[in-house]
Amino acid sequence: MRDANKNARGSATAEQETILEPRHPMEPFLRMDRFPHIWCPGCGIGTVVTCFADALKKGAFDLDRVAVVSGIGCSGRVAGYIKLDSFHTTHGRPIPFATGLHLSNRKLKVVVISGDGDLIAIGGNHFIHAARRNVDLTVICINNFNYAMTGGQVGPGTPVSALSTTTPFGNFEHPFNLPALAASSGAVYVARWTSLHVRRLTNSILEALTKPGFTFVEVIAPCPTLYTRRNKLGTSIEVLGSYRDNCEIRHGADPSTVDITFGGKIVIGKFVDVAGKPTFLESLDAAMQRALGKEYGLGKDYYMRSAGQRALVDREARHD
Amino acid sequence: MKASPEGVLTGAHYLDGDHACAEGALAAGCRFFAGYPITPSTEIAERIARRFPKVGGVFIQMEDEMASMAAILGAAWGGVKAMTCTSGPGFSLMMENIGLGIMMEVPCVVANVQRGGPSTGLPTMVGQQDMMQARWGSHGDYGIIALSPNSPQECFNRTIQAFNLSEKYRVPVLVMMDECVGHMTEKVVIPEPDEIEVVPRRLSPLPPGEYLPYAANGDKVPDMVTAGEGYRIHTTGLTHDERGYPVMTAEAQDKLVRRLRAKIDDNAGKIHDYECKRLDEADVVVVSYGITSRVARAAIDAALDDGLRVGEIRLITVWPFPSGLIRDLAARTKAFVVPEINLGQIVLEVERAAAGGARTISVTHAGGWVHDPQTIYHAIREGLRGNGAPRKPARKPRKEKQP
Repeated sequence: MRDANKNARGSATAEQETILEPRHPMEPFLRMDRFPHIWCPGCGIGTVVTCFADALKKGAFDLDRVAVVSGIGCSGRVAGYIKLDSFHTTHGRPIPFATGLHLSNRKLKVVVISGDGDLIAIGGNHFIHAARRNVDLTVICINNFNYAMTGGQVGPGTPVSALSTTTPFGNFEHPFNLPALAASSGAVYVARWTSLHVRRLTNSILEALTKPGFTFVEVIAPCPTLYTRRNKLGTSIEVLGSYRDNCEIRHGADPSTVDITFGGKIVIGKFVDVAGKPTFLESLDAAMQRALGKEYGLGKDYYMRSAGQRALVDREARHD
Repeated sequence: MKASPEGVLTGAHYLDGDHACAEGALAAGCRFFAGYPITPSTEIAERIARRFPKVGGVFIQMEDEMASMAAILGAAWGGVKAMTCTSGPGFSLMMENIGLGIMMEVPCVVANVQRGGPSTGLPTMVGQQDMMQARWGSHGDYGIIALSPNSPQECFNRTIQAFNLSEKYRVPVLVMMDECVGHMTEKVVIPEPDEIEVVPRRLSPLPPGEYLPYAANGDKVPDMVTAGEGYRIHTTGLTHDERGYPVMTAEAQDKLVRRLRAKIDDNAGKIHDYECKRLDEADVVVVSYGITSRVARAAIDAALDDGLRVGEIRLITVWPFPSGLIRDLAARTKAFVVPEINLGQIVLEVERAAAGGARTISVTHAGGWVHDPQTIYHAIREGLRGNGAPRKPARKPRKEKQP
């Protein structure tokens, strides 16, 4: 009798499972075997990952040809959860690593996802130089206003007067205005959104991914454990509410006017979208063709020419 | 396999060591170079910048050495053979990402044309003071390979060897040149492409799904794949398992770090390369490397003319250090004489390996010039008096003052 019940229940469950398969809609984009993730409840990074995955979906990218490079920190862990070729590098160095990856393999779409401390403080020099060269990279900077992985220290984007563990009496340093930094360094696409603006953020990431050149998206995101709690900004839900109330969408705003102040208005939107600026590789190819003509050994698949890399030719043939 | 003909400048040339190193890289199949100008290594980058466009390579001058090192790691994952070059101060900056290369097991080559240090030191003058930094400069435990060429011809040959070793053992390989070798100009013969042996990347035969990025083979080295091939790999500088996923446990750390060390140590017999002369009947053995091996030549010749029984070892692979060779010799020789343009670095390895079996005499030089061969000659003479006594202490122990 018990066995019969069990069987009946069992088959019903199996049937239900085929109808309602408990699959996460983002499963094709995520390394499910790595979950649960390390991020705190209320953290904004997961939202950015979802928006990024959604942008990949909308753009119908060949996922085998997209690579993600991250640095160190909470946002640096993004590479570990995304089911693409993904590289978790050293602190501050994802952009030069990504530069090498992109220049050696033109077929790859290379995306850098990391945090404000990683990209703008320790990696600040790499950031401005990659923008200057207009290397074909999309850089998504999750700005949570502090070094979260190490316990909430002041960062290059922390607003003046905000508390952190290393500014216990309030931050007195001027923060970087990230969009202004990116734009003045030469980025061809600069936008800022928050983790509340998921639809606009997704579209913006998609725009950035499809635009050639150095494209930059800053995402303001709550760090409930360290930044918003210490600064008495409320729970993550309340912080998202403040994004709704305090954000002003101003497309085309002069990036130099979008500084963030503590408790002040946050200007968001697409600030820069330059057309026609040649990328690093376009400039390189053009200059070499001018100088060397037919002698320029630009290979369509020049990395296959590398001695010892012959095996790749077969792989590529299989792939295309 | 044999070198690809494009990029191989077959013929006899008159080249300095830096240019010869660049030609070695081209012959080895290097097609990505990221670097930052620094004396006395800049000529490597300059020649690559001029030569690469015609052979389908990409040269990029990065904003600093940290970026250069990071970029060549990225490029290696992109499927090319990649290198950078630098000198002391830049070598220090590269240590961070050399560590990442070791942890991610990325084949790549770093040429360090050594100058006098510490700090800015003697930018245009010779030193051999980065030999221990080559071994231990990045944090953590690991195994590393470092080669030491002693002529422009060797700069060509050893750069190819460096690429081959890096592909075979999936580790950054350091070409420890010095300012003299880098800037001296000599005849360099570049062979026909089919006379140049190059090691291709050890690409996994397994399809995506079955491939594990850090499942090592019998030689303790895992096979590699290239980004964009559909493997969707993850790789990290964190301690990781065979999937490449971070695992924060002492067990995972033990397994990984011991393998990173063992893949070099256990294969050391295959990696070791050195030149030996007259070791069988030697009373004194001169152990040297790089430019100092050529300066020592004059001293050894003078000693041989005097009828002294002097053997010589020129280290080509400095790391891993050939401890066994020294240990065996220590039993039947009186002394090792170790001249080097530093205040005693590789001599410590010789002394460790000799383990008191023979005397070890350090012939030091603070940098800026090569040794006067006389100093090496006198050390050989001193060694003959040795007779197995342990190395003389640098100074006598201070006498305790009576209260």
